[in-house]
Amino acid sequence: MSDPTVEAAGHHAAGAATDNPVAYIQHHLTNLCAGCDPVTHKPSGMLDFSVWSLDTLIFSVLLAGLLMLVSYKVGKSLDPDKPSGLQNLLEVILEFVEGQVKSIFMAESKIVGPMALTIFTWVFLMNTMDLLPVDLLPKVASWFGIEYLKVVPTTDLSTTFGLALSVFSLIIFFNIKFKGPVGYVKMFLFHPFQASNPFVKILLAPVNFTMTLIEELAKPFSLALRLFGNMFAGELIFLLIALLPWWIQWTLGGGWAIFHILVITLQAFIFMLLSTVYLSMAAQSHDDEHH
Amino acid sequence: MNVTATLIGQMLTFAVLVWFINRYLWDPMTRMMEDRRKRIADGLAAAERGKHEQELAERRAKEHIHEAKEKAAEIIAQAQRRANEMIEEAKEAARAEGERIKASANAEIDQEVNRAKQALRGQVVSLSVAGASRVLRREIDDKAHEELLKDLVAQI
Repeated sequence: MSDPTVEAAGHHAAGAATDNPVAYIQHHLTNLCAGCDPVTHKPSGMLDFSVWSLDTLIFSVLLAGLLMLVSYKVGKSLDPDKPSGLQNLLEVILEFVEGQVKSIFMAESKIVGPMALTIFTWVFLMNTMDLLPVDLLPKVASWFGIEYLKVVPTTDLSTTFGLALSVFSLIIFFNIKFKGPVGYVKMFLFHPFQASNPFVKILLAPVNFTMTLIEELAKPFSLALRLFGNMFAGELIFLLIALLPWWIQWTLGGGWAIFHILVITLQAFIFMLLSTVYLSMAAQSHDDEHH
Repeated sequence: MNVTATLIGQMLTFAVLVWFINRYLWDPMTRMMEDRRKRIADGLAAAERGKHEQELAERRAKEHIHEAKEKAAEIIAQAQRRANEMIEEAKEAARAEGERIKASANAEIDQEVNRAKQALRGQVVSLSVAGASRVLRREIDDKAHEELLKDLVAQI
């Protein structure tokens, strides 16, 4: 992102990986963007809302569309007596997710189950893009004149933060719905340090507010950064393996891909599980603060 | 490693996806699975009921068979008795018939005997007349003594 020679080399690095490893990797980590700097192909800063990462959007929307298509087809022709292959698969996943949600989320809600299922399946599909050979889709895209293509949407912080902030807004909504606005404010002021003396209570309030604020903000950040970190690191290791001589790549690449099957499933599951846990915490009314 | 406007797009996609999956997959599928659970439970209960009913039916059937067997035995015994009676009756009838035939035969025999006797008597008379006529050819005229001879025949 700094060295102009590296950037310049990046434009031509797709073919010869080992000539300039840094450029090769940087090229693979650059989004196909709209509204970004035409030279560097990077957003101007950590937060740049004038830029759209087209590849992230296209692939995530395509996968969402695939998910919708399958859901629609299966959901339309549900057969309780003779479930077909795809229906069996979705039933197993749905029952698994429903079991997890029911054991964690005790309050009454119609949104948590479908949301958990959506997170699990969608994140899993987006993670699965990581298993495609790193050069396959970028190479195909380069034939059509598309210079940059980053195929795994979950290696984009925008995606993981998008999911995490969606969950976070639902957390705030649940806090207000189940605790009431007053209860929500009380949670910030009188939690986690509690006191019976009113004077001490007031004294502790700023500390409590800071603590709770950090605690609450840590939730979306941990969700987003965990998924991003795992997927980004996985992608990076695939890129590093791609730098090896072609005849040895299958050993490390195969091993890492097999291990990565576990990682992509686990990360999708963890995102779903933690979202459900956070929502269940938000849905608990704090009656236990007056003991 | 930047957060861009893509974030907004991803949040929108996520919201639409959650709505869609809830509407077209989660809702119908959970309802279908609930229905299926209920149907399986109902089916098991019905099977239990059916088994119970079958047991009852089997017991009833056994009773029926037992009854039928008893009745059949009774009927067979009755039939046997009746057959014996019929045989006895037939024997009796045969004996009576025999008796009757014998009696009529006897009567016929008696009649024949009488008839033979009658005939013999006539022949004896004619023979004695012939003999006597041979002895008395000259003295006795048939026409003259017819009256006498007739009287004689009647006396024999």
